Amino acid sequence: MPADTTAPTTGTATGVDVSAARAALREVAHEPGAPKPDPIVVVDGVRRTFGGLTAVDVDHVEIQRGVITGLIGPNGAGKTTFFNLLTGFDRPDAGDWSFNGSSLRGVPAYRVARRGMVRTFQLTKVLSRLTVLENMRVGATGQHGESLLKAMFAPFWRSQESDNTAKADGLLERFLLIKKREDFAGSLSGGQRKLLEMARALMADPELVMLDEPMAGVNPALKQSLLGHVKSLRDEGRTVLFVEHDMDMVRDISDWVIVMAQGKVIAEGPPHSVMGDQRVIDAYLGSHHDQDLTPELDEEIMAEAQAEIEDEGEHRG
Amino acid sequence: MDLHSILSQALQQGLGPVAAVYCLAAIGLNVHFGYTGLLNFGQAGFMAVGGYAIASFVATWGLSFWLGALIGLVASGLLALLLGVPTLRLRADYLAIVTIAAAEIIRQTIGSVTLLKYFGGQDGLQGFIGSFADLNPFTGRVGIPGVVSWRPYDFWTLLVCWVMVALCCLMVWALMRSPWGRVLKGIREDEDAVRSLGKNVYAYKMQSLMIGGLIGGLAGIMSALQHSAINPSFFATDTTFFAYTVLLVGGAARVLGPVAGTVIFWFLLSFLDLFFGAATAGNHPLIPTAIMDDTQASLMRFIFMGVSLMLLMVFRPQGIFGDRRELALDAR
Repeated sequence: MPADTTAPTTGTATGVDVSAARAALREVAHEPGAPKPDPIVVVDGVRRTFGGLTAVDVDHVEIQRGVITGLIGPNGAGKTTFFNLLTGFDRPDAGDWSFNGSSLRGVPAYRVARRGMVRTFQLTKVLSRLTVLENMRVGATGQHGESLLKAMFAPFWRSQESDNTAKADGLLERFLLIKKREDFAGSLSGGQRKLLEMARALMADPELVMLDEPMAGVNPALKQSLLGHVKSLRDEGRTVLFVEHDMDMVRDISDWVIVMAQGKVIAEGPPHSVMGDQRVIDAYLGSHHDQDLTPELDEEIMAEAQAEIEDEGEHRG
Repeated sequence: MDLHSILSQALQQGLGPVAAVYCLAAIGLNVHFGYTGLLNFGQAGFMAVGGYAIASFVATWGLSFWLGALIGLVASGLLALLLGVPTLRLRADYLAIVTIAAAEIIRQTIGSVTLLKYFGGQDGLQGFIGSFADLNPFTGRVGIPGVVSWRPYDFWTLLVCWVMVALCCLMVWALMRSPWGRVLKGIREDEDAVRSLGKNVYAYKMQSLMIGGLIGGLAGIMSALQHSAINPSFFATDTTFFAYTVLLVGGAARVLGPVAGTVIFWFLLSFLDLFFGAATAGNHPLIPTAIMDDTQASLMRFIFMGVSLMLLMVFRPQGIFGDRRELALDAR
């Protein structure tokens, strides 16, 4: 586990200095695909099409180590598909991407996770008919008892199991789920499931935590505590990449924001500057949102659309 | 009507070798369906491979009985591998389709005229139990006097079958309490979640399919020994569905579910058969001929079985040993 040295598994933030990582970002250009001083993930030319639709087409993007990066964009921008591609849950048509300098192209999802890049899901995936504690234990990596031959004989895995249980209890304590320890995960509320999923991901001591819409369907009271938990991941030295629609959250916790629209990265920068970026506003609201629709403008839009269609036709021909 | 004799004969079935064979088949399905969520509708195919391997080794090729038993187990494991390679990466329903088709292909192939000289066609094979029957230490009827008794060979197969059941249950228990079993249960709940936690889901599903298939092969071997003969009709699709019934009656994902299920299932099935048979027999039957005659009576057990299965599914879908708390989750 690469993160073992820097990240404690339980307890509160240990005060890993994130200011250096943040300071480094100050020098980075606010341009899509801007190079970062210490990237943990580098993506090059990743493209994924579904039939005629290009869902993701990212030329170049880098994710800075040790900070919280938000990935935003309007519905259908390809954020979740991009997530799936990076974590090996989907295969791109072209492109390469690396984690800690080694390529992840063609690496299956479970190996991606073992390398220290663990994700959560937009629609929370808890293991309903397992208890909360069992859910946590599944998350631990490198378990001897998970190999068929050793599984039948408890002495091979018993001590490791109790270590994992202690670690799980620590995390459950931190994520306020300790009272639910013996309950089936299926009996938890939506917000508690989000917490459990995040805590379970931490059982693997990931270097990079990828959260797909951690705030979706969570009530406002729990949101604040979830925000705290996400920040605590960074404060203990992990890198966080998250997809989110909730702009307050994006503004509040992210150190850097990447904006996607129609499969491409259209803008990058710190949250305050990105939100004012014309390209971002256009992507969310449409480029003519502040103009009345006059016949001339109507024609202009039609001409633009026509040109785009022809352009695409040529590319395909 | 002699109720004592009916109960005694029903108990003889409930604890008998047939029940034990179905128990083994259901334990295999429990590993597949109960713990891993794999829909194997072709358990009869695994049984056929195991049973025919031992029968043809001894009866056709005159080789050693024990080698045949070993090959039977290996072959059913290989069948699992063969079925799993193309289907385990796909959605669960594909495995169901492939397994039910494979079981039928195996049955039709084994029964075909082309392979008559190896597998005996529709008549099947006999005369392969020699080495096994020689080991039988029992003579005379064995059982509890006045309650239940078996012929010596039946008791011998029954004893061996139940010992196998005990060993398989022990193995399933040891596996399912371990982290390995936890991963299987995780896969049953949501395989993407398990994949995201760094587990090779495909390998686990394959291991589960092979272990369940091996137990199925063992059931086939025991079935051939218990009948002292083998033919393709033993391995029709209803064999698989009887095994599923046994599993669901007892409760899926419980170590002892198949054991309780098989005893209850076979006890009730033969009790109903004997009861309606007795109630319609003779010149002055208990049930007047106007309502039911003795040929109709033999079908009553399946009608009752169907109705009671429905009632079970409505009022206790988790089976006898199931956990009520788990059930509450499914409603969400």
